[in-house]
Amino acid sequence: MESIIGFFNDPYINQVLTLTGIYLITALGLHLITGITGQFSFGHAGFMSIGAYTAALLSLHLETPFILNVFIGGLAAGFAGTLLGFPSLRLTGDYLGITTLGFAEIVRIVFINLNITGGARGLAGIPRDTNFTIVLLLAVLSIICMYRIHNSRFGRALTAIREDELAAEAMGINTLLYKVKAFAIGTFFAGIGGGLYAHLIQYLNPADFGVSRSFELLNFVVLGGLGSVPGTILGTTVLTLAPEFLRFVKEYRMLIYSALMVTMMIFRPHGLLGGVNFRKLFLDLVHRIMAQLAKTKNVGGK
Amino acid sequence: MEQIQTFIQLLPQQLVNGITLGATYALIALGYTMVYGIIQLINFAHGEVYMIGAFIGLLMVVYFKVNFFIAIICAILVCVPLAVLIERVAYRPLRGSTRLAPLISALGVSLFLQTLMTLIMGPNAQPFPRIVKDTIYTVGTVKFSLVQVVILLVSSVLMVALHMIVKYTKVGKAMRATSESYETANLMGININRIISFTFAIGAALAGAGGVLVGMYFNSIHPLMGVIVGLKCFCAAVLGGIGSIPGAMLGGVFLGVAEVMGVALGFGTYRDAIAFALLILVLLLKPTGILGKPIQRKV
Amino acid sequence: MTSLLELENITIQFGGLMAVDHVSLKVEKGWISALIGPNGAGKSTIFNMISGLYKPTSGKVFFNGRDITGYKAYKVTSLGIARTFQNIRLFKNLSVLDNVRIGRHCRGSSGLIGALARFPCTKAEEKEIEEKAHEALEVVDLLDKKNELAKNLPYGEQRRLEIARALAADPVLLLLDEPAAGMNIQEKQTLMHMIQNIRAMGITIMLVEHDMSFVMNISDHVDVLNYGQKIAAGTPSEVQNNPDVIEAYLGKEID
Ligand SMILES: Nc1ncnc2c1ncn2[C@@H]1O[C@H](COP(=O)(O)OP(=O)(O)OP(=O)(O)O)[C@@H](O)[C@H]1O
Ligand SMILES: [Mg+2]
Repeated sequence: MESIIGFFNDPYINQVLTLTGIYLITALGLHLITGITGQFSFGHAGFMSIGAYTAALLSLHLETPFILNVFIGGLAAGFAGTLLGFPSLRLTGDYLGITTLGFAEIVRIVFINLNITGGARGLAGIPRDTNFTIVLLLAVLSIICMYRIHNSRFGRALTAIREDELAAEAMGINTLLYKVKAFAIGTFFAGIGGGLYAHLIQYLNPADFGVSRSFELLNFVVLGGLGSVPGTILGTTVLTLAPEFLRFVKEYRMLIYSALMVTMMIFRPHGLLGGVNFRKLFLDLVHRIMAQLAKTKNVGGK
Repeated sequence: MEQIQTFIQLLPQQLVNGITLGATYALIALGYTMVYGIIQLINFAHGEVYMIGAFIGLLMVVYFKVNFFIAIICAILVCVPLAVLIERVAYRPLRGSTRLAPLISALGVSLFLQTLMTLIMGPNAQPFPRIVKDTIYTVGTVKFSLVQVVILLVSSVLMVALHMIVKYTKVGKAMRATSESYETANLMGININRIISFTFAIGAALAGAGGVLVGMYFNSIHPLMGVIVGLKCFCAAVLGGIGSIPGAMLGGVFLGVAEVMGVALGFGTYRDAIAFALLILVLLLKPTGILGKPIQRKV
Repeated sequence: MTSLLELENITIQFGGLMAVDHVSLKVEKGWISALIGPNGAGKSTIFNMISGLYKPTSGKVFFNGRDITGYKAYKVTSLGIARTFQNIRLFKNLSVLDNVRIGRHCRGSSGLIGALARFPCTKAEEKEIEEKAHEALEVVDLLDKKNELAKNLPYGEQRRLEIARALAADPVLLLLDEPAAGMNIQEKQTLMHMIQNIRAMGITIMLVEHDMSFVMNISDHVDVLNYGQKIAAGTPSEVQNNPDVIEAYLGKEID
């Protein structure tokens, strides 16, 4: 018991786990956009940065409460997502992907050029208000949100768009509006993640939110199993922790990581948990146990 | 007012500089557009093929003291098999898979090559020696450096050659047929795998040459140089109309000119944003790019 | 009395091709009305214009006397026109039940907030959706397959699932594009009964079908299309004996 508490109190472990939770919240936003609604976004880190800078600037200049700042950061990112979504969600597939990527790059370059964000030097001195408990709480809340969305009229409309946009339209779904809503919610989550990130790392630099970060987030969502919440959790956890565990291979770390990306896609193109139905697995297990119980009872009766 | 006046005076010179830069963009954009046209994949590793082309050029120039022409040939000779191998290993097994799987695979290859080259060459920028003389030619108020002349000549020759291949050779016709429809191409007895490899080969040749030319132009190369340039060139291909060869040339040159003009107008710090802003603007106005065919949705 | 559906000189052009050329027709309430014609005649295109997926180049669509030309597809569906597709377009990776629940979308109202908060009214609506979905599945006899993935159903059942999905929207007018395609005689017989049952529920039906005996048996009214133009209309027996119709079909068989 004591050793477990000790484990979580270790500052390094604590930091890594908190970061994993933050990435999970952010990745769940992308899961909603790409995994559930089927819309490509290659610029998720851009929305994360909008949330991060908004929340950090509020903390630094207005000294409003931390949680409020993070929330406003989320709203700012969601607002930007909506603004971009309305015109660009008419595009499909790769066109949408490259547009979101372009938008995120523009955001990054704007942050480099603004004075208030500290430009390319970055923004330092953000108070360290994020802690593991808050992140854990918000991550669990986000997971519940995702499940509730998934099992609702709203979420089914999003899945319908992923499966066949035209048929969805013919079923009475205003597809553009729903796509924008999915984008708004997904980018809101990215903004929340960004705000938490800012108050954990205490320093922001536009370079942290470039294309590579966006694609990393996409990896989290795809490699675990696209469209599945457990998949996103698994993908995010493994891919955030793996580089930490791979520290002993030092500079070959990224080489292994990138080679794994390719091999994973070749052997499991739907991700680690792609196509795994947890409900069905659970029900099957229950059935099997029941059958086993019934059998032993019968045997005992005889 | 004065600013505008000097801008107009410098316009022809800016145009020359823009077109030179744009020519290198066009060389890279062509690879994106041809590959996308044939397998509908954003080949994220293409930027790294260009980067490797630049490094091969550097090696040849520094260690073997060859001239730029031989350096370009060597870069092409390395890039072509590399790109064919990438397609074979990382993309071909994923044909017919989900939309995202080959994309992630491409990102993996891209990251792999970046890391590999960083390990071999070190993370810092490497100076690219001046291998053509600093001669400047003056035509009216416009100055051409010899490097610019070389870049414009080499890229024009390569693009004309590409045009000839695609338009008049058997392989070229097969390429066009394959990008129209796999089924028809198959019925015509075309070996689709060979055509796809060929497409990657041509794209890589242009990118490898582009890498050496850019090294000569900016005198500095870097293991991560393919990232932003690659993305920008993909934007150029989309701007022109993805899948269209003249579109990629137009998009590349357009982007080069726009960037140089943007810098001249005082937006230097926003230089890398220009490509993306243009892209978003064009896509919103004409979702298939300037020369792209309109898509009609069919039920 | 206005007709339930009325097309007035409806026309659509794809590039140089006049896919549908000044077609006017009516569907009265309570009918099973068929739209027939050789391949490429423009039947599906007419369905697409009625349901709002294509915008007519000219002409008008009236539904219950209301001009719905150019309405978006989702709007048309909520007004009471549901449809199936010739080339099945189910939500393949979703369960049969989910497919039908999505078909009910236009009759619901709960959104994101309801999804997250699960208000009593949201739960009530979910329950209502579930019940209606069950009813619709019962009509096409697929209730026992409700937990299967749509893509795992055999072809004929996929076609029936499309009908259930459309029924869940509580349509006034149901458009069926080749509902019997790919079915064997027995399946066709069952389908015919199902369609008649649906009509008995008070739903007007307009269908496209190539199987002539199917069409002639089931419909009250037939419109015939050839090369985008309407060449005949009337009761099945009137149409069957119309020389233009015979020529359109025979002419096709000869070449
Ligand atoms: N989106 C489109 N773009 C271009 N041409 C189209 C489009 N949709 C339909 N067409 C053309 O319009 C004509 C009519 O097509 P339609 O699908 O309506 O025929 P149909 O009567 O349903 O035939 P079938 O019995 O084969 O289903 C065809 O020549 C078809 O190629
Ligand atoms: Mg049809």
